[in-house]
Amino acid sequence: MGDDAKLPLDSWHRAQGARMVGFAGYEMPIQYEGIMAEHLWTREAAGLFDVSHMGQLQLIGEGAAEALEAVVPGDISALKPGRMRYTLLLAPDGGILDDLMVTNTGRHLYLVVNGATKHADIAYLRSNLPDSVALKHLEGEGLLALQGPKAAEALAQLDIKGFEDGWPAPGDLYFMQSAPCLWGDVPLGISRSGYTGEDGFEISVPAAHTEALAEALVALDAVKPIGLGARDSLRLEAGLPLYGHDLTPETLPVEAGLNFALSKKRRESADFAGAERILAQYPDKADRLRVGLIVEGRQPVREGAVVVDDSGAEIGQVTSGGFSPTLQQPIAMAYVPASLAAPGTQIALQQRGKPFTGTVTPMPFVPQNYHRPPKS
Amino acid sequence: MARYFTEEHEWIDVDGDHATIGITDYAQEQLGDIVFVEVPESGAMLEKGGEAAVVESVKAASDVYAPVSGEVTEGNDALVDEPALVNSSPEEEGWFFRMTLSDADELEGLMDAKAYKAFVDSL
Repeated sequence: MGDDAKLPLDSWHRAQGARMVGFAGYEMPIQYEGIMAEHLWTREAAGLFDVSHMGQLQLIGEGAAEALEAVVPGDISALKPGRMRYTLLLAPDGGILDDLMVTNTGRHLYLVVNGATKHADIAYLRSNLPDSVALKHLEGEGLLALQGPKAAEALAQLDIKGFEDGWPAPGDLYFMQSAPCLWGDVPLGISRSGYTGEDGFEISVPAAHTEALAEALVALDAVKPIGLGARDSLRLEAGLPLYGHDLTPETLPVEAGLNFALSKKRRESADFAGAERILAQYPDKADRLRVGLIVEGRQPVREGAVVVDDSGAEIGQVTSGGFSPTLQQPIAMAYVPASLAAPGTQIALQQRGKPFTGTVTPMPFVPQNYHRPPKS
Repeated sequence: MARYFTEEHEWIDVDGDHATIGITDYAQEQLGDIVFVEVPESGAMLEKGGEAAVVESVKAASDVYAPVSGEVTEGNDALVDEPALVNSSPEEEGWFFRMTLSDADELEGLMDAKAYKAFVDSL
């Protein structure tokens, strides 16, 4: 892939007035009208995000789920068709190589991995999968996310049907469910998921139809295009870690606050990469933990700021931070010593020689608004 | 009164040996939504090219440099409560600080409005 690799919506973003920046080897829209307005629009209506830079992979063949389980700690073989799960790609030492979504489409496993890590992920997966499992990279295909409280209402206006009679249409899906659909004769892979904390959908669409679908969506009153800037502030408010920042190869799942990704069955079998080192921290034996911080004052602390003790010595790191448009105050994620991770604990921070104070706050910072099945 | 501009996208209004400094419309547009501004306190001594103020947008922090040397006479307190003034009125209400000029010769080499426009167009 060269430096000038173009995604399906490259020229469309420019025509929409986007400011483009280099990201994960592509030119991507950082913002259109402004991060603050785009962020708030997504929380109130519906935002359309181009996430075509992310890697869309298929694992095809008998035993794909069991094979994938060698390098992820989730219970993939128990995933029913149409269901999806958040999981972690693990190095042999248990470090996190990526975070990803895995869907059982009924015919194969469909993975969405991060854009910046996708080529390394593919190489690592190939080296860990048996020859009987094929790995297909849907390179250059479109992936759009429609997120916000009006996402379902908006998508319903597009007359998207289940792939066959009696199969679910997008509006029939609950959070973390997925189905193949048809928009006219265009096949779409639709899941009810996303990374903003809002209800919404991720839509896999053939490259040749991506622009038409984006155009049809932004033509709706409730939908505006949203850039990567607001995607970052939205996921930060939702308490969702960003790979390469809050999660790295040096991070273990328990210290990252991702115990939910270590399924019971897999903990018991302890047969995934790095299991011994990871499970030694489970459930609460990590020396450090990822926490949310509300920062005093108005000035944001950002990635690279440090957590300090009374003597000023570094005892932790801020891995994400910014100004929360919803809360109108600065928020951050940081790794702190486990003894300082309880909600309400005051955390001393330093950024460019200046002291700041944060208070440990349960995440998400802003309530999640997922479309979950009714409790029976 | 004359208005000068720097390549760091500050404007400076000069009236005798007094100056008012802010960031240009181009600069605020590039920064995006501004959520925090820290201006120097009156009495602070600034050196040309030294850090004078901090401006933070949703995405990033940027330093504002002193375009000339001198003593700060007033910071714009309105920006503490309403940093978005820098977006809505960058070259008027959103001024950052006022200062005295210790060396008027430092103004040489700064751009006038026409030269600044040509500079921005070239970016």
